[in-house]
Amino acid sequence: MNKKTPLYKLHIQHGAKMVEFAGYQMPIQYKSGIIQEHKFTRENAGIFDVSHMGQLFINGSDHLTDDLEKIFPVNLKNLKTNQSKYSFLMNDKGGIYDDLIITKLKDGYLIILNAACKKQDLEIIKKKLNGKYDLNLDESLSLIAIQGPKAKDVLGKVVSNITNLKFMNGGEFEYDNSNIYITRSGYTGEDGFEISLDNKKAEKFVDQLINYGAKLIGLGARDTLRLEAGLCLYGNDLDEKTSPIEANLKWAIPKSRVGSDYPGSDIIKKQIDNGVKTLRVGIKPETRVIARGNTKIFDQNDKEIGKVTSGTFGPSVECSIAMGYVENNYSPTNTKIFLEVRGKKVPANVCDLPFYKKNYVKGEKNV
Amino acid sequence: MSEVKFSKEHEWITLEGEVATIGITKHATEMLGDIVFAELPEKGTNVEKDGTAGVVESTKAASDVYTPISGEVVDINQSIVDDPAKINEDPEGAAWFFKLKVKDLSELDTLMNKEEYEKFAKETSS
Repeated sequence: MNKKTPLYKLHIQHGAKMVEFAGYQMPIQYKSGIIQEHKFTRENAGIFDVSHMGQLFINGSDHLTDDLEKIFPVNLKNLKTNQSKYSFLMNDKGGIYDDLIITKLKDGYLIILNAACKKQDLEIIKKKLNGKYDLNLDESLSLIAIQGPKAKDVLGKVVSNITNLKFMNGGEFEYDNSNIYITRSGYTGEDGFEISLDNKKAEKFVDQLINYGAKLIGLGARDTLRLEAGLCLYGNDLDEKTSPIEANLKWAIPKSRVGSDYPGSDIIKKQIDNGVKTLRVGIKPETRVIARGNTKIFDQNDKEIGKVTSGTFGPSVECSIAMGYVENNYSPTNTKIFLEVRGKKVPANVCDLPFYKKNYVKGEKNV
Repeated sequence: MSEVKFSKEHEWITLEGEVATIGITKHATEMLGDIVFAELPEKGTNVEKDGTAGVVESTKAASDVYTPISGEVVDINQSIVDDPAKINEDPEGAAWFFKLKVKDLSELDTLMNKEEYEKFAKETSS
């Protein structure tokens, strides 16, 4: 039996087509369809129910920071309270168990985990921390994202003082006589916020956002939005056999952590020093043909050189787009490659990511 | 023009003389969602009843288009290849897929009429 999020009833009321996703019943789209939902988010403000994702709270102080640095390849000592970083949970071979966002709180850390990975992540992290700390994968909280150029205006009408939040920073705010936690972040390539609040208040909160002009957006548009923004989907573009270096996410591992101790750190250092065999790249087919995950990639001499991991039609860039892994010497921008779709070789070019230029708030560093 | 007939694969077909026009139903487009890619058979090729005669892709997935009867492709609708969104706008009108010179008129008898198709579509979509 699939779980339902606290917004299930609201999804149905708004005409959602529900699908099973990571053990939850989630909306794939609403009545207006994926393309309209996608464009609405880029131009206005889209609401995403991401309550299926894990919200892992770990309480502790300086020792916890040291212990978490032995797990995640990120610099937590330099992190200010309420600041967030993108990072990974890795295995000893440098492969990725999950990609995640870690935020420093007053009395510990909040880690946002992918829905399909959260239970396994919890077990791995718990084991590595040797039972020294309280870990709480809090299911009493919903997680709502609001994304798009009007996200700050709409959210600002429901919660006061949010406009001062900087990108990849969070804070406590007041809503309906209770404290809620908001970070300025998201996964669409737009400015936006993620709001963590009590399950009991989630429906009322989202209803208010809708009344101020935002619209519910399904997983279908979430996928086209993140792909246009060049962002990875765990399970498609990242997995246990792929390292952050191969995934072209080297930027997420600070120099100070290259060579220091965490699972897979020796392999990460080796890959940074010596290079990798395959690399994640952006791919633009020359026609409208869509190259989905697992499409084989060839060079001009019919040699197989890699595989597509995500592909779709980008509603904002108005063309077919894909990401995949190719042998390193084919990774430079504008390299001509061929995608085998339904038995035919479709010409394509390696291109820079993102496909869609990000729209984060000015003056702040992009992820 | 003849009565519109329907296949279990959600294609519609009309007949004018010995030339049939084929497209996908409104019900099919509603199930597929926003269509972003269409591929049609080449003019002059022969297609067999229930064989693949094209592809449509939505933002979510790819689906084959089948031909409900056999024949030679005499015309294709290039406008839906250039702008696949037209298929969602008018699937049972302007967004026809291809025209066939019919090989065997009796194949049409195996297809459903409008009423039968509507019942079929309702039963199979849940």
